[in-house]
Parts: sequence; structure tokens; C-alpha cells
Amino acid sequence: MTETLARADTVPCSTYRNEREYPFCPGCGHGVILNHLNAALVRLKLDPKRVCIVTDIGCQGLGDQYFVTHAFHGLHGRSIAYATGIKLADPELTVIVLIGDGGTGIGGAHLLNAARRNIGVTVLVFNNFNFGMTGGEHSVTTPPGGLTATTRGGNLERPLDLCATVAVNGAGFVWRGTAFDKTLPDVIADAVQSRSFALLDIWELCTAYYVPNNKFSRKALDAMREELGMPMGLVHRAERPEYAHALREAGAAEAGQPVLPPRPLRAAFPSTLDREFRLVVAGSAGGKIKSTVRMVGEAALLSGLWAAQQDDYPVTVQTGHSISELILSPREILYTGVTRPDALVLISEDGRKMAGRYLRGLTADSWLFTTPEFAGIETPARKVVFDPDAAGVRGTRRNLGLLATAAALRRLGLFPPEALEEAVRLGQRSPVAEESLETLAASAAVAKAALKGEATA
Amino acid sequence: MALREFVDGATAVARGALDSGCDFFAGYPISPATPILLHMIRELPKTGGVAIQAEDEIASISMCIGAAMTGARAFTATSGPGLSLYSENIGLAIMGEVPLVIVDVQRMGPATGGATTVAQGDVQFVRWGTSGGYPVIALAPASVAECYSLTRRAFDLAERFRVPVFLMTDKEMFLSMSTAAVDGYEAPPVRARTRAVAEPAGTSGLRAEESHLPYRFEPIDRTPPFAPIGGEFITRFTGSSHDEHAMLTKDPAKVGRLNEHLVRKIEDHADEIALVTADPQQGARTLLIAYGITARGMQEAVQRARAAGRPVSALTLQTLWPMPERAILGALEGIERIVVAELNHGDVRREVERIVYRAAAQGRRVAPEIVGLHRVDGELLEPQQFLALVTP
Repeated sequence: MTETLARADTVPCSTYRNEREYPFCPGCGHGVILNHLNAALVRLKLDPKRVCIVTDIGCQGLGDQYFVTHAFHGLHGRSIAYATGIKLADPELTVIVLIGDGGTGIGGAHLLNAARRNIGVTVLVFNNFNFGMTGGEHSVTTPPGGLTATTRGGNLERPLDLCATVAVNGAGFVWRGTAFDKTLPDVIADAVQSRSFALLDIWELCTAYYVPNNKFSRKALDAMREELGMPMGLVHRAERPEYAHALREAGAAEAGQPVLPPRPLRAAFPSTLDREFRLVVAGSAGGKIKSTVRMVGEAALLSGLWAAQQDDYPVTVQTGHSISELILSPREILYTGVTRPDALVLISEDGRKMAGRYLRGLTADSWLFTTPEFAGIETPARKVVFDPDAAGVRGTRRNLGLLATAAALRRLGLFPPEALEEAVRLGQRSPVAEESLETLAASAAVAKAALKGEATA
Repeated sequence: MALREFVDGATAVARGALDSGCDFFAGYPISPATPILLHMIRELPKTGGVAIQAEDEIASISMCIGAAMTGARAFTATSGPGLSLYSENIGLAIMGEVPLVIVDVQRMGPATGGATTVAQGDVQFVRWGTSGGYPVIALAPASVAECYSLTRRAFDLAERFRVPVFLMTDKEMFLSMSTAAVDGYEAPPVRARTRAVAEPAGTSGLRAEESHLPYRFEPIDRTPPFAPIGGEFITRFTGSSHDEHAMLTKDPAKVGRLNEHLVRKIEDHADEIALVTADPQQGARTLLIAYGITARGMQEAVQRARAAGRPVSALTLQTLWPMPERAILGALEGIERIVVAELNHGDVRREVERIVYRAAAQGRRVAPEIVGLHRVDGELLEPQQFLALVTP
């Protein structure tokens, strides 16, 4: 996709500055850089209504007030994140960020990720190696040995190579120079026109703090680049898709599709349930407990009932317990806590470990459905042991939750088994649906075998 | 028979946002709020909107604020730990008058706490979660249907007042499946943001290069008309104390008026923001107050009490901030005991105490007894716990 920068073709602006005077210290580079920015905007002939200057906190953060463009002055270190939001919402807007070396430190995560995305904003780093507004403390770019209010014996931290950092992480245009560089207006214009994440690391003098504290000068600035081994000029240039456009293009194929439509379930099966019924299924994570119980809930709706499901699981994903509670009722369900289940389906050791309170809540009127592994559990409840092997059902291990729950529902008779089959057909796609339907069919044999076993016993 | 669906609060919230015209979402994965991120990433491209997973919560809300100021209806969702990281930018959104809807799916704190455990411990946190003590708006749905309708109301209030509006829900309300009648979703309208018009040349205070004043509010409780960044009027946004041009100022008269405006644009309109469901009963001496998931246990207890011939009144709060003071005071006729039930150590109880005791002191009356019913073990308050506190 080609992007056209909005231009004030009819009335070229001779300046983008207003009449307010800069407030910066004598000798400070900030006003110089802002003048270069103004010259770049004049050169680009941009429509001022289609330019937004986003400023960070610090002395450069005052800069937007001297321009007749849109302005956004936010919090310390977050300017690149605001600029990203602005650019994502309005991809054709020219977005220019003014940030200090301090802001690149506290906002380092935004700097890195803006480069990775190649979001099309131009970042001018007003890099004067210290915090000028708060009293000359050291920043992430303070040179080795630099004397600041917080490095009184000389800076021990390695200065962050801003250009190398963003270049290696995907920025499209990376340049380093100084505020004294006469080509800066052209460089800024090139950066804006690069339609990529562009960063200009602009070294300058803080005459309030870094200059007097370090006997620093323009000459020292030149010497420093030799000492640090940081290249000057155009450090890096790469063509990558601009993110705001790329993101919209990636989603374009979805346009117009229906958005989260309701999935109404028409009652088509009978139920004679006349009170709240609380079912708990206790198994292991990865055992499809939640999805099984969800389908049971949907089957209840297909049978004219109300249902409410609550799930409990550890923060891990495929280990530990998975317990789902389901309340079924002929009326609206208000309170959704379950302390005394009417039926507990217990199918794994993970589930058993966490099901103590449900087991303790069972009474002679409730049911425990389980597998031979837990047949020894003592309970006043009616205990039904499902044994797929004895029933001649094979290959159902990973669907044991569905198998046991479906078999339990056959015994409980809350609604017809066909309702659960319909819930599977409505909620699952092939080939999962076929597998679930096979499991439901097998549950009949499992339930029957359990009944037979009880009769024999 | 009415058509019903089996649906969770997260889906209802996402649907509410999409139906409100939300066109920008930025978020970061966090239990239990992640489903909103997933819904918006999947659904927003269908409507031409933009959804992004940001690098952290600070970036999430920052991107939302940037997008909102271009005119987008911005939306984000998180839980307590993420809300902590939103804190400074919530202040920016208050100061810069940003329309923004923030879902807080409460989980158990403090710190990492219980990532998948229900709680309601963020009520005071959202109100006082940024420096300065300035007001926000917070709503709390007590059903899936309200997850939908209050999300719409949140967008409407954000547009009207240009302030962060919180939708405060919790893990159970948000992730649990419940049954909802498909035609039972209320759909309150979501208004368009009031747009700025060009000020005529010669307007007092207008500079030559300006065609409108981004922070001119008149009278003091009025939200300023909006001009989008990138739109036809050059506009400014700032988080610093500012004059009507959005220029930094330390002028006490201007700073004082701005800060009073930020309070009064919400508090003078508290009655218009207040949403409650009052369920009074003749002869009741106990008033139960709850919100969110806890209100459902309360409503169950009320049904049981009345079935047993025990009169009881109940008040479900849908608006938490500003506190619906008039509705609370209006529910006290004949009441000797107020029970405030919540899954925290008394976040709303202390507000009810403040409101009721102050009114009693001003009227030189004896205030009703105020009892807190609190639970912080990750379980819901049970109907029996309410019933035990209903005056016989």
C-alpha cells in the first residue's frame, strides 16, 4: 500500500512555529533542534492539521507548545506508546515524537517494541546525557565516567546505544548526529518520508548541568563519538511494512463478517426437573472437563432449563485439577455457589485431591459417579462405578470426562440423551463432533454395564 | 418460550463494546481478563477497528489514550495487577479529559494473589488509584445481561464526561456461563462525543493560529467539546496543569478552576450517573446492599427470606462511583440495620457508613446499625450468610 502524506499544497506554510519564544537555557541545543524540525516541516510542505507532535517529559517536553500542529504531551517515557496509539487509529497522520534520553530509559520497552513493529512514527531523541529538568541526574546515555548529581565519582554504567538497539530490532531508519549538524532538517524530512519507525539520536549540550559538571563542550562531543565507538550519520536503513498499515491489511479479509452473534438454543427436548440440581465434574486439566460441562449446560437449555457453570482450575494449563460446577433449574439461577452437589462425577486423582469439600457435602440423597480407581471411596451417597473396560468400550481414555458425565446423565434422567447429542452437533465441528458422538453412544453401554454390575452385586 | 443462550460475562461485555461502536482496543494478557483481549483481537477487524496486544499494561492504556484523542472509542481490559500499572495513565486520562472504558475483572489480591479466584477488592482502588484524588466513574454488572447493558452505558458515560469509566466485574461473573434471554439485553444508547465548532475570529483568548480552545469549559461542570488530533482544528492535549489553550500554567486562578472542573463535571452530575435496583419491602427493618456477583446471592437470600415470611429490603448498586448517595439514603425508611455485603474488607461499607452517618448527624437522628458482610477466601457469599443477618 502506498501512503501519501497530506500536503498543504494550496497554501505552503512558511513556518510551523507560533510566536511564542522558547524557554530553554542559553546555549541549550533544544531550540536548535526545534528550529531544524520546523525547517523539515516547511521542506515537507505538510498540512499542519495532519501532523501531530507527541512530547515526553523533560525540557524537550515543552517543545510542542511552540508549533502550530496538533500536540500531545503525556507522561514520562510513554510518548512512543501514545504515538503508537495515535498512528494505529489514524495511519495517514504524520506523527513525530520528541523525547529525551531520560524518556528512552524509562520507556525502553516502548522503544524496543515500536522498532520491532516498525510503527511509522519519527522519534527525535534530544540526547544531552543527563536529566536537565530535575537537576542533572545520570541517564541511560550518560558516558562512562560522566559526572552527574547521581554519579558523583563518575558514571559506572555502560551508555545505551540507542541506534544499535532499535536497528537490530527492526527500525526502518536510524541516524545519529548532533544538534550542530546542518543537515538535520534534511535528515528529519527523510526520516518522516521513510514511512517506517525512524529514530534520530541527536547529541547536544545541557548547559545547565552536563556541560559545567564535566567541562563538556562541542569539541568534547566530537571526541566522545570516537571514545564510544558509536557510528554517526545514517546508521541503518531497512524496508519493512509499516505496522499501522500492515495491521489493518492483515485484518481486511475479515471485514463485514458477523460480530459475536448470539447463539440462541431453542428448547426442543422435555425435562421434568422441578428444582435446582447441582452437578460437579472433577477431573484433570486437559481432560475436556470445562467443554464437557458446557455442552451439558447447552443440552439443559435445549431442554428448556436454565443453567449456570463455574469452573475452577490452577494457574497452570495442562496439569492439575479441572473442576466444573453446573447448576440446572427450571427457573432463573441467582446464587451460583455449590457446596452440596446433588451429583459428583469424579474421574481423576487430580480431581479427587480438590474435591474433598464436595465429597463431604454428599448425602444419602446425592450421587457419586466414578471409575474403578476410586470405587473404594466411602460415601453416604448412591455410588455408581463406571468401568469402560468391563463395558467393552475402548479408546475413550481422553474423553473419560464426557463418557462418565454422559453415562451419569443417562442415570439421572434430567433430560433426554438426545439433547446432549444435539448440543455436540451445535457446538462442535468435525471431526471432534464425531468423536464426541461416538463417546455419547458408548456412554449408553457404560451406564448399562454399571446397572448390571449393581444388580449382580 | 423466549430464546435463551448459554453465555459468559466476557462475551456479553465484548458484544456490548462492539455494539457501542468501540473501534480501538489495546490490552495485555492477564487472568481473568484475557477473554476480552481475545474477543477484540478476533472481532474488531470485522468492523474495521484496530485491536493490539501491547508490550505491557502501561503501553495498553497509553495506546488507548492516544487513539481516543484521535476520536476513537477506546477500550481496554485488565485485572488488579494490570490496573496497578494503569495507575499513572488513569491520572493522565482524567487530566486530559479522555473518553476511555476500562474493564477491571477483579481477582484476589494483594499482589499476584489468586489469579483465577473471585474477589471485589478493587472498589476503593479504582476510585483512589491515581495521584490527586480526582473522580472517575465505575459501574458493576450483577448479571450477564448487565455485562452487556452496563458496557454500553460505560461507553455513553465516557463520551459524555470524557473521563475513564470502569466496568468492575469479577472472575465469576466474567468467566462463568449463565443463561440469558436473547431478547433480554437492554441496549441503552451510546451518544456521539460533543464536537468542537470553530470559535469566531475575535473570540476572547483565541490566538491567531487557533480556531478552537481544547479546554474551554463553561460553566465549570461542563465537559469541553472535543476536537480530534488530526482533525480540522489544530488541537492540543496535555497532562500538565493547563489553561484553556492546553498550555502549561501555574496561574493559581486557572489551575484552581481546572481542578475544580475535573471534580464538578462528575460530582455535580452524580444523580444522572447513579444506577441502582431497589427492592424495598413494607415492614422491613433490614436493608441488604450488594453489587456485582455478590448481589446474586443477596437476591436469592431475599427470595428465601420473603418465602419464610421475613420482610427484608435490598439494594443492588450498579453505579459504584460516584456513590449513589441519594438512592442509598432513599432506601432507609423504617430500616434499623444495613448489611453491606462484598468480597473485600468493606470497600463499599465504609462509603455507606460515611453517607448514612453524615445524613444522620445532619438530621440529628439515630443512624441505623451498619454491618459489613465480608468474605475474602475466594468463595462467594452464601444466601445463608445474608439470612443470618436479617433482623428477626
